[in-house]
Amino acid sequence: MNAIFLWIIIPVLAAGLTLLINRQQHIVIIGGIVSAILALTAAFIPVDLALRFGPFSYKITSSLQILGRSLTLGQEDQTGLGIIYGLLAFWFFGSGVAQVSRRLVPFGLVITSLLVASFAVDPFLYAALLIEMAVLLSIPLLVPFGKPVSRGVIRFLIYQTLAMPFILFAGWLLPGVEASPGDLALAIQSTIMLSLGFAFLFSVFPLYSWIPMLSEDNHPYIVSFILWILPTIAMLFVLGFLDRYSWLRNSETIPQALRIAGLIMVVTGGIWAAFQNHLGRMLGYAAIVETGFYLLALSLLPETGVEIAFRLTIPRALTMAIWALSLSVLQSKAGSLNLLHLKGIARSYPVATIGLTLAQLSAAGFPLTAGFPFRLVLLEKLSTQSLTTIFWILIGIFGLLAGAIRTMTNLSTTTENIPWQLNEDIYQTVLIGVGILTLFALGLFPQIVHPFFRYLPVAFEHLGH
Amino acid sequence: MLTTIVSWTVSVIMLLTSAGLLLSRDWRIQLGLLAVQYLGVFWLVQLHWPLAMAATKLITGWMVTAILGITYNEIQGQVREVEENWQQGHAFRIFAVSIVSVIALAITPQIPQFLPGIGLQEVTSSLILIGIGILHLGITTQYFRVILSLLTVLAGFETIYAAIEGSVLVAALLTGTALGLALVGSYILIAPNWNKTE
Repeated sequence: MNAIFLWIIIPVLAAGLTLLINRQQHIVIIGGIVSAILALTAAFIPVDLALRFGPFSYKITSSLQILGRSLTLGQEDQTGLGIIYGLLAFWFFGSGVAQVSRRLVPFGLVITSLLVASFAVDPFLYAALLIEMAVLLSIPLLVPFGKPVSRGVIRFLIYQTLAMPFILFAGWLLPGVEASPGDLALAIQSTIMLSLGFAFLFSVFPLYSWIPMLSEDNHPYIVSFILWILPTIAMLFVLGFLDRYSWLRNSETIPQALRIAGLIMVVTGGIWAAFQNHLGRMLGYAAIVETGFYLLALSLLPETGVEIAFRLTIPRALTMAIWALSLSVLQSKAGSLNLLHLKGIARSYPVATIGLTLAQLSAAGFPLTAGFPFRLVLLEKLSTQSLTTIFWILIGIFGLLAGAIRTMTNLSTTTENIPWQLNEDIYQTVLIGVGILTLFALGLFPQIVHPFFRYLPVAFEHLGH
Repeated sequence: MLTTIVSWTVSVIMLLTSAGLLLSRDWRIQLGLLAVQYLGVFWLVQLHWPLAMAATKLITGWMVTAILGITYNEIQGQVREVEENWQQGHAFRIFAVSIVSVIALAITPQIPQFLPGIGLQEVTSSLILIGIGILHLGITTQYFRVILSLLTVLAGFETIYAAIEGSVLVAALLTGTALGLALVGSYILIAPNWNKTE
């Protein structure tokens, strides 16, 4: 068995299979189980190591040649693979409740394959092209037939497409800077190119205008999926750059730039989230804040940044998935995600309301929830460098918290005397319930995700230690 | 010498086609200009790549044009044939194109300093395409025009990138990106009107 076949080609084949199936439940089961198996394989079966099962010997080889270039997924990639496919399984199981599995499972599998290929391709620079293809595939995922195309979708397409040329150019210039570090002009040019490319890719302020637009006009579960997977892969891509080029790694300016960019995203995203009346837009701003935290974690390189950034991915995905799942349930009932339309809905949809509120609290890093432990570690590390940074981060966090309190108040307050009742079906109740328990479990016992990080020290040659 | 003259002529054609895309209001003319633009890209790319590989740019470009053309033909009647609101601000657009062209010409001599082996014609054409493509993106909200602008920006990028990167895999991925963009363009033109076309 080859690692490329296992983690890139099999998901594409599974996507093809799900396109042929009509029943939504079967699609969910196939997508979820395939992703879960791939995650477990990545977590527990090492690549390039012969395993014996009685008389049989079994080995997953790491490389495959395509068009004169090699695609390689080694042990160093297994941390990322385990996390991505494990979380993908969670997303797929939830897609049945959100009624989007016919779109999300096949497109999600192919998009994930392309993004996995992006960190398998050598030279890694070509990842920008594969990410662009994943972005292009996201468009039919976001726009169902018969629905108008929102401005957010167009802006998303434009901004993400513009990232690719900048990154490719920067990647071409960077080896030159590495070879002649004294060439200041070349260093400035490549830094500008790289910054612009990643600003577009990460949707750094002010380039994130498409996120709230997208999350207001499109299905929350699908938007949430896109807002989870693309920044996560972009983060891996940034780490790849920092790991390969010592002048980037040792630069004093890059961590500062990352910190400022992350801080602006946390503060602006948090403050705007507090004033949103549309819960989809609030989700969008929360995603912006989460991406800001990624950037803040990356600013701690080369010390602890990689570990914190990786550990932020799991709470982010869980929080956003539960938030989006709860929104999907509420939207199917109320038809709109405007707070005015959802007044008092907690009495008829208590599980979805609790799921939504807890996800919002987790996004704000509230104690006992999944967002708390790793956020705390990040704040602790940042506090040793700058207390002003912590002050501004807290402002952003209070913004998210205010948004959560507003949501809770609006959803639970009503002038009519509506009796409390459980209108969620069993599947919705179980999935949101499991999500809530997972949020608490990760908040109380963050070490349970440790097996996924066993290959982290070898993931990046220079950063992972 | 002849190659240089032809290349400069191609640069002028690139300016005319990209400006034409911005100014024209008829989708048939726009697609015609796009096809000519890809012919220019092919010429400039073949200066650095083997002819067979450079031909992929031409074939891809014309496939892109065909995809968009077929889509527009399918949805005739549901979208405006000629954009009425685009006739305003012609003078402004010509002025903006002039500014972009002057900036492109001013930057051109500096680029070969850090991209050795690339000719001024490729750089000029590339910068003009990227500049006018971004200008076009900045002043339109129409889906069709957005796709045309993105294709123009990518065509400019491919022209300059061909001089520094000759990998077959990159050529394949860039081809995939251009075709993907055209298919996405097709999709966003068709998807909102899907029930009507059925």
